[in-house]
Amino acid sequence: MRGKKEKKGFSRRKFVVRSAVGVGVLLGTTWVTSPLWRRALADKVDKADPIYLGNTKDPVMWFYISNEGRVTLHSPKVEMGQGALTGLVQIAADELGVPIEHMDVVHAESMSGNLDQFSTGGSTTVSGLWQPLRELAATMREMLRMEAAKQMQVSADTLKVDNGTVSGNGRTLTFGEIVAHVEEWTIPKDAPLRDISEYQYVGKPVPRVDLEDKVMGAPIFGMDASLPGMLYGAVVRPTKIGARFVDANTMETVLMPGVVKVVKEKDFVGVVAETQLQAEMAKRTIKVKWETDRNWQTRDIEEMILVGKGKPIVIQKQGNSKRLLRNASEVITAEYKSPIGAHAQIEPNGAVAEVREDYAKVILSTQVVRLTRNEVADRLGLKKDQVNIVPTYLGGGFGRRLHTPHAMQAAVMARVVGKPVKYFFDRQEEFQHDTFRPPTHHVLKAVLSEDGMIEAMEHNVSSGDVMFGSPIIPDILQSILGSDAGAWRGGMIQYGAIPHHRAISWRVKLPFATSWWRSLGLLANTFAIESFMDELALKAGKDPVQFRLDHIQDDVRGFRLKEVIKAAAEKAGFMDEVHNGRAMGFAASTDANTPVAHVAEVSVEGKQIKVHKVTCAIDPGLAVNPDQVRAQCEGCVIMGMSAAMFEKMEVVDGSLRPTMYGPYKMALMKHAPKEIDVVILENDDVPGAVGEPPLGPIGAAIANAVYRLTGKRLREMPLTLEG
Amino acid sequence: MKMKLEINGSQYEVDTDRNMPLLLVIRDMLDLKGTKYGCGRAACGSCTLLVDGEAVRSCSYPVSLAEGRQITTIEGLSENGQRHPVQQAWIEEIVPQCGYCQPGFMMATVALLNKIPDPTDEDIDQNILNVCRCGTYFRMRKAIHRAAELNKSNI
Repeated sequence: MRGKKEKKGFSRRKFVVRSAVGVGVLLGTTWVTSPLWRRALADKVDKADPIYLGNTKDPVMWFYISNEGRVTLHSPKVEMGQGALTGLVQIAADELGVPIEHMDVVHAESMSGNLDQFSTGGSTTVSGLWQPLRELAATMREMLRMEAAKQMQVSADTLKVDNGTVSGNGRTLTFGEIVAHVEEWTIPKDAPLRDISEYQYVGKPVPRVDLEDKVMGAPIFGMDASLPGMLYGAVVRPTKIGARFVDANTMETVLMPGVVKVVKEKDFVGVVAETQLQAEMAKRTIKVKWETDRNWQTRDIEEMILVGKGKPIVIQKQGNSKRLLRNASEVITAEYKSPIGAHAQIEPNGAVAEVREDYAKVILSTQVVRLTRNEVADRLGLKKDQVNIVPTYLGGGFGRRLHTPHAMQAAVMARVVGKPVKYFFDRQEEFQHDTFRPPTHHVLKAVLSEDGMIEAMEHNVSSGDVMFGSPIIPDILQSILGSDAGAWRGGMIQYGAIPHHRAISWRVKLPFATSWWRSLGLLANTFAIESFMDELALKAGKDPVQFRLDHIQDDVRGFRLKEVIKAAAEKAGFMDEVHNGRAMGFAASTDANTPVAHVAEVSVEGKQIKVHKVTCAIDPGLAVNPDQVRAQCEGCVIMGMSAAMFEKMEVVDGSLRPTMYGPYKMALMKHAPKEIDVVILENDDVPGAVGEPPLGPIGAAIANAVYRLTGKRLREMPLTLEG
Repeated sequence: MKMKLEINGSQYEVDTDRNMPLLLVIRDMLDLKGTKYGCGRAACGSCTLLVDGEAVRSCSYPVSLAEGRQITTIEGLSENGQRHPVQQAWIEEIVPQCGYCQPGFMMATVALLNKIPDPTDEDIDQNILNVCRCGTYFRMRKAIHRAAELNKSNI
């Protein structure tokens, strides 16, 4: 086993595209669909390094330098709240050699050409752009040096770039002075990267670049956008699952005050009015006839989401757990469940659109600038380069903005009325027409040896779709993988020292939209596996921390996981006993190569579960901004406990409910732990995922603590002692 | 009908329905976008602003009720470029993530500190009832205590 002294000893170069996606597409579908290859691919997907798909060759597309020497980074990734843009600015400033105060960052408009081919999400912004952005910035720096050499008529070798200037031979030119006289850039073939030890900003808790705007109330969100002469649109949406549009009566609507136009399209009916309120009032008068085949209920959905129904794919296999489970004298079995979850991001979805004959502009909060552009262009019959998507700051993303059909609807309404139109969801629509976190059902089985070690373990997870059906995932990848890698995220058994283990993913297609919800399957899968690990530890009579450590394999991945487990236990002073009415629960997960461990300190007052303190140890590799790594841990702990303890959508008489904050219970200030203690380990030399991994263990950590306090094993989220 | 509104110390005249939500008047008619729409039913608190120093959820507050009273929005918190102590505390604790709900929380905090200058954790739990999806409650609590400290040292 590796010792502690080897910290930071793992060196990897994350630049080569090592994506399972690429591998799969190259190989074709015929022979990779065999079970063995599918497992190998699933393993690759689970352990894949983040990649960036977009321009990484043209620094001029990324950096604009003004004559005053200000450097503006045009980011193809959007800021959803995770502080990623701040990380990008730190990296760029260090590699360029410019004071961070001289840097600005904006979201790249789609017409700028600096377009991410995929999406912002999956905790990949900083990790995926780490190497490409450094190389781009280094190239820009060398371009400035070469240009300065030309202007000074000296050799570039004699010049050094620092502090926003190029200097040497007793002369200094600022970046601004250099660009003021540039005629044509020379782009060098190779630009050496600075040594990380020379970086001033990477690794420091630099304040967020968007801090001032967000504290002063600047109009930076999609909802804040407006255009001259703008009107307001509203679209009628069905309240029942599976409702098909039959026809709409708008006789009354056209007479409503402020109504400019009723817009009837093949797939939606909307109204455009002079004010938001008028649009809303007019919408209520549209009498739409919908047709539904069935009145779905929660019970129907629960009966669909069951291990054993749908289509199974083995995603992980070591040894022969099937045989061991069959022959064992005692098999320990437990089932777990998680509910339908809503994104509930506070900024509703919407868009401001302006459409002319040969041009359209749409301003909105989107995680998929390219997809938004392509869909708008298709719908309007424009060329892609005639559509400019202007991405704004997102009032929460969490996966809710990975598809934006409302952009098309706003654009269609804008074209019909010949004026800019703003259209956004009201809150009821936002809840009812969310693309939900799918409900899950888990069956776990294990065999313990006489000395209390796990000999065999199986995790079966049944889930609605996450990445299947998503327009950002090519169909070919779905057929190659066979299983939904979003649904089983976090569903593989991370304890490689268990000699026989298997994970099986069961796919169920639900009658309503399910999709990406921050960390995807991680929260539910970790809840199931880590609650079960706790049950096994108790059964074996072992300390839950040591029990986990004993089942982790000796390799780099295992080492990093063990280190966070030990760090969390040590920092929290973990004790497996009830002390002053409080108990500690332990859980750990590995997501996108980032291991995280949580210790939740919990009490139960009456039937109320109260989380007092959470200790979170994370190893994201190099922490570009330790303060924001900390912030993500704090945020994930709270969002995760909100989902684990309170949140649940129901299906009642065909409708998804509730449709409002309040009835849709979420964690509030009073529920948030008073203490969140974060420990950051850096056992890798490149930055890894941060924005989602800390969501993993929280549900199980709380449930494991509750068991110690009450003797009740909560196997279903939301965790409650009531009823 | 025509109404006079005093917002952030400036006088505005608007011509609108008496029952128009104050939020829509402020955002769409007067172009002050710092106050946010979240739910339209006074359930999330993103639209919180102050009317005569008290927190009001403006999405469900008819504009006519605000006539003749002092309205303060997030844009009016700072004076002459000087950040309000609550904003200063928010900066020092690096609170915002996505940032969308933050103006509502800051306005609710100003109202809380008007009422209880040095709130306990219990006071904060009972008075700050807005919704934050990113889960910034932990830092907000620290910022609220810090703002109370800053207020004290300003006296």
